[in-house]
Amino acid sequence: MNPHKETDRSRDRSQPLENLIPDETMKATSNYLRGTIEESLADEVTAGVTETDNKLLKFHGMYQQDDRDIRDERRRQKLEPEYTFMVRLRLPGGVVSPSQWLAIDDLARRYGRDSLRLTTRQTFQYHYVDRQNLKTLLQELRDVLIDTKAACGDDSRGVMSTVNPHLSEVHTQVYEIAKEASDHAVHQTTGYEEIWYQEERPAGEKKAPLKQVASDDKEEPFYGKTYMPRKFKIGFAVPPSNDIDVYSQDLGFIAVAEDGKLKGFNVAVGGGMGRTDRAPETYPRLADVIGYVEADQVIPVVDAVMSVQRDFGDRTNRAHARFKYTVDDKGVDWIKAEIEHRLGYELGPVSPYEFTSNGDPLGWVTGEDGREHCTLFIQNGRLTNKPGSLLLDGMRALAEIHKGTFLCTPNQNVIVADVEPADRPAIEAVMKEHGLGEFGGASALRLNSMACVAFPTCALAMAESERYLPELVTKVEGILDANGLREEPITIRMTGCPNGCARPYIAEIGLTGRAPGKYNLYFGGGFHGERLNKMYLENVGEEAILKALEETLGAYARDREPGERFGDFTIRAGYVAE
Amino acid sequence: MTALKTSSPELTGPILTTTQLEQVSRLASSLNQQQAIWVSGYFAGLSQQAPAALLAPDAMLAPGVGSHEAPAAVPGTRLTTILYASETGNSKELAGSLADAAKAEGIEAKVADVADYKVRSLKDEQDLLIVAATHGEGDPPQTALDFFEFLEGRKAPKLPEVRFAVLALGDSTYEHYCSAGRRVDERLAELGAERIAERVDCDVDYEDDAEEWIASIVGQLVASRPESDGAATNGAVAVPAAGGVSTPSAFSKKNPFSAEVIDNLVLTGRGSTKETRHVELSLEDSGLDYQPGDALGVVPQNDPALVSTLIEKLSLDAEAEVTVKKEPASLTDALTGGFEITAATPRFLEHWAELADSAELRALCGTDQAKERTAFLHDHHVLDIIDRFPAPGVEAEQFTAGLRPLQPRLYSIASSLAAAPDEVHLTVSTVRYSLHDLERTGVASGYLAGLTDEDATVPVYVQSNDHFHLPDDDAPILMIGAGTGVAPYRAFMQEREERGADGKSWLFFGERNFRSDFLYQVEWQAMLKNGSLDRLDLAFSRDAAEKVYVQDRLRARGRDVYAWLEEGASVYVCGDATYMAPDVNTALTDLIAEHGGFDEDGAQEYLADMRRNHRYRLDVY
Ligand code: SRM
Ligand SMILES: Cc1cc2nc3c(=O)[nH]c(=O)nc-3n(C[C@H](O)[C@H](O)[C@H](O)COP(=O)(O)OP(=O)(O)OC[C@H]3O[C@@H](n4cnc5c(N)ncnc54)[C@H](O)[C@@H]3O)c2cc1C
Ligand SMILES: Cc1cc2nc3c(=O)[nH]c(=O)nc-3n(C[C@H](O)[C@H](O)[C@H](O)COP(=O)(O)O)c2cc1C
Ligand code: SF4
Repeated sequence: MNPHKETDRSRDRSQPLENLIPDETMKATSNYLRGTIEESLADEVTAGVTETDNKLLKFHGMYQQDDRDIRDERRRQKLEPEYTFMVRLRLPGGVVSPSQWLAIDDLARRYGRDSLRLTTRQTFQYHYVDRQNLKTLLQELRDVLIDTKAACGDDSRGVMSTVNPHLSEVHTQVYEIAKEASDHAVHQTTGYEEIWYQEERPAGEKKAPLKQVASDDKEEPFYGKTYMPRKFKIGFAVPPSNDIDVYSQDLGFIAVAEDGKLKGFNVAVGGGMGRTDRAPETYPRLADVIGYVEADQVIPVVDAVMSVQRDFGDRTNRAHARFKYTVDDKGVDWIKAEIEHRLGYELGPVSPYEFTSNGDPLGWVTGEDGREHCTLFIQNGRLTNKPGSLLLDGMRALAEIHKGTFLCTPNQNVIVADVEPADRPAIEAVMKEHGLGEFGGASALRLNSMACVAFPTCALAMAESERYLPELVTKVEGILDANGLREEPITIRMTGCPNGCARPYIAEIGLTGRAPGKYNLYFGGGFHGERLNKMYLENVGEEAILKALEETLGAYARDREPGERFGDFTIRAGYVAE
Repeated sequence: MTALKTSSPELTGPILTTTQLEQVSRLASSLNQQQAIWVSGYFAGLSQQAPAALLAPDAMLAPGVGSHEAPAAVPGTRLTTILYASETGNSKELAGSLADAAKAEGIEAKVADVADYKVRSLKDEQDLLIVAATHGEGDPPQTALDFFEFLEGRKAPKLPEVRFAVLALGDSTYEHYCSAGRRVDERLAELGAERIAERVDCDVDYEDDAEEWIASIVGQLVASRPESDGAATNGAVAVPAAGGVSTPSAFSKKNPFSAEVIDNLVLTGRGSTKETRHVELSLEDSGLDYQPGDALGVVPQNDPALVSTLIEKLSLDAEAEVTVKKEPASLTDALTGGFEITAATPRFLEHWAELADSAELRALCGTDQAKERTAFLHDHHVLDIIDRFPAPGVEAEQFTAGLRPLQPRLYSIASSLAAAPDEVHLTVSTVRYSLHDLERTGVASGYLAGLTDEDATVPVYVQSNDHFHLPDDDAPILMIGAGTGVAPYRAFMQEREERGADGKSWLFFGERNFRSDFLYQVEWQAMLKNGSLDRLDLAFSRDAAEKVYVQDRLRARGRDVYAWLEEGASVYVCGDATYMAPDVNTALTDLIAEHGGFDEDGAQEYLADMRRNHRYRLDVY
């Protein structure tokens, strides 16, 4: 601890458990995330698990959910909700080999009702997995070197890394560091291997954290028994692309390169999206860029920053437990000083950088090494086989012939990367056959759209999102055409609740669910994620939304200045405040 | 006191014998006011869980037995209950503060989430305070849906004795502001309850309004303490209604009661290979009375479509007069309600062989043709026979003469009067099959499946089933049932729950698929949780590669099962007679032999002995 600093410790880890919320006691008494998961998995009377075990399962990368479409029907039938599990993979930087893709696809067909979901943090989710299939699923993933550790829960979540398709050397280096950071920062309990791989207390050799922030705990040298106060998200951006929305990360790294070589990173802290309606004490927040570090300092910085949140984060109120609130409570300067104190040196001055977009440039590009890469638009990241669109089959067919890699993008898309020019015709043939990469005259707005999962699986959804945005966009395209804006890239993001899983608060058009058919409408987000948007309409239905878009897009088409983005325009034109 | 006197005249007539009446009046005249209130409340309490308690004489000794503490058993206090309907916890928290505030004034209130609240106790409430939030688009919280459905449904009791007040939580940015709270408030008034205070609607900044409301409500309660206004408003000072003491019902198999269908839903979930229904009927004003384990007789009607098909195929006049049970009736009515017209009998075969003058049919009637005949009858029902073997010019009366009278069907009762007064619940598996490419349904199960509209009624009677009743409250019970065989166990457990019986209980249930066919799943889960059901073992035959049935689960648990038998457990077997019952019998014999160290005969004797002592009871069909 830093002796020089006086600060309020009444709500953090220094307090006895009884002064903290029950979740803290739950973690502390869970025997390092084991809880009674084994017993729960064996309970014949239900297809679900106990409430506590469900909370613990999150740290293992899975969630109990139920099909909300038939929840009420089953209630009447005196049947429990139709419980199944969502399983999220840990896939730093979203990099997948073709053989891994085939394995992931195969498991989706056997255990995931023929559905794969690309997420906004560059990984896959299975939905609808039956409890009795969880072990097999995780064991077969392990066979292709993939785990689900810390994919959810109060710990370091999936680490993101820019997937600019021009795959430069810098991107590769940054990816390597991102992967190392993820491996370093996830929890190390051997409970995971015991439960899922049936290994008798494996002698997992532990990663050693920075000495000065280590806890004296054998099983969790960094976290200790109570892990983090809340989820903690790390991401690496490589300018000019801000595809990962670095300002939305708890800890963001912005790569600084010098003549094609990675030099170091600017460090950003305290980003986050989640808010709760009509609870002003909760809010989205963009990260502050606080300094610069050398490339080889990333791991120590991760330990230092995470330990500050581990030690000072609010453990008395989960709605106030994210790092962004710690940063605001203590002040950025205090946080920075504490980080430097733990690092043992001061951060360098922020080195200049520039972002141009947080979207994905779609289609084919040639990388600096001459290899080719194609970004495929996957609407809302959902890979299934529907009449007329056999996306799941199409991607599988690609994986069967592709020799390079696949990259999951932060915008729920996929890049078929590292294609030798000679192989491109074959790849293109498969794409054509399955209608992949043909956007069918989709508007630039659709291609810059994201929607979270929401109904029917998400327990927190208040309104539709993934199942609704596509049709809403179709209606919006009518307005775009009327105003000649079809080709104008505008980001639109929808979520089924205010939690903000599709990062709606940094979209130029944001929609967050309030209740069935009702949304808050936001305008004014920065095109490359540099500015939060503002609420324009609260709790309104489709009619009001379309009316508002008709007016604002119409005005934009008429009155915009050359090169002016829609988000910037809505502010200049006074629809929303800066 | 006065209450007893003025109303005693009602008690003459059939309800009480003259001696009983004398006893009551003697008692009455010997009581002071307080005692009178106590006694009346005590009887009112008894009447809640009649007939059970009335059948268990020892229950007479303690007041407040059974379903609900007899309200006025403790003189001078009113029963105060605080309910909350909450999703994100605000209403719950406020309900807590309300209880504390009341406590500070010496008012002990019971606080409950409507999700866990036994809606049937509503009518026993006196002061009912409700904090309700609104969610979705003006909907009640998820957990409160059952409560709202009951309250706003036809099953909701009149509540003239209840006083209430409602605090509504909401968010004024929503179209349907506080609508859930408003609905409870209006409905309670509609049911005759007395509003203590106007409803208050709170926005998301509910703290101050809520505080004010709590203060004023507690004020009201204090002001209206029974001390201050005597027992006049005291709900329990009503004399036991006739319903309390069971009188022989006028209805019987001969004269079935036309029961209103109050609920009729499919229990089996999506993707099920079956259709099993839960049917709730009202016995209100029927005077019908039953015990868990009894069955309900259902008098069905044939499918009108089948009736007209038959009439057409035989080219008969629908209005032609025929005799049913010595009474004249139109052919249509006769075929609808008078005769079995699906499966055919050997007698019909003989009869039709002559009318159709068919050698082939005559041949099947030969005494040595038993096997062939059964096979033939299995896939040739009345319709198929008249179709394949026409009898030109046959008369209506000639046709019906070959049919047997339509039989009522029995269904195990799946409810307990203690838990569901004036109701009877059934668990019905709809018989559907196709024969000669024609979709067909079982007469009674198909008929019941069709009774889904608002004012549907069905003629029923109670078929008591003495050999399948519960043992003493403290005796352990082992309940084994597959499919609809689980029905009586629902009644058993409801009864034991209501009576607070302390005997252990263990259910073995089997069906095809866990997800869709786990009949009454959430109810069993709740009973396991609250400890009224001790053990539950399940066998789903179509979930895994190797089929498991209840008898396999019995074997697997052999040691414990035998231990229970040794502790004097009664074993119940209900459901399929053809396969399950025999297999269960074998399994029991085997496990008794294995764990009791008997040879086969010994084990069989052990079971036979249990049967003689009514500890091994079957209800199979
Ligand atoms: C799948 C995904 C959305 C998607 O369409 O891709 C997702 C889905 C869910 N998120 Fe998220 N979140 C996803 C990215 C995000 C992001 C975006 C990001 O991280 O870049 C955010 C906003 C950034 C942030 O964390 O502030 C986000 C903020 C939340 C929150 C609000 C957290 C907060 O501090 O307020 C919750 C609720 C919570 O944690 O209490 C949540 C919770 C959930 C849960 C697990 C619902 C739950 O807790 O029961 C959702 C599962 C739905 C389902 O059926 O699959 N999710 N979630 C994303 C998975 C990312 C991954 O691979 O790990
Ligand atoms: C004490 C007791 C308790 C009972 N409890 C219940 C209960 O709780 N729940 C419940 O659902 N039932 C229960 N039953 C059974 C119930 O009484 C009826 O027998 C059942 O509902 C079928 O009656 P139904 O009129 O619908 O069918 P029916 O019209 O009687 O049809 C049955 C007949 O249809 C014909 N049939 C059926 N399938 C085929 C086929 N594939 N091919 C050719 N012909 C076929 C056969 O002739 C069979 O005899 C109980 C029975 C008894 C005796
Ligand atoms: C998804 C959702 C939908 C809501 N819908 C309504 C509504 O339709 N009408 C209303 O008055 N309040 C509505 N509310 C507001 C709640 O009633 C309010 O937050 C209340 O304080 C919640 O109380 P509880 O914590 O007891 O559930 C809604 C809240 C949520 C989260
Ligand atoms: S934003 Fe809300 S509804 Fe959408 S996935 Fe996240 S938690 Fe679920």
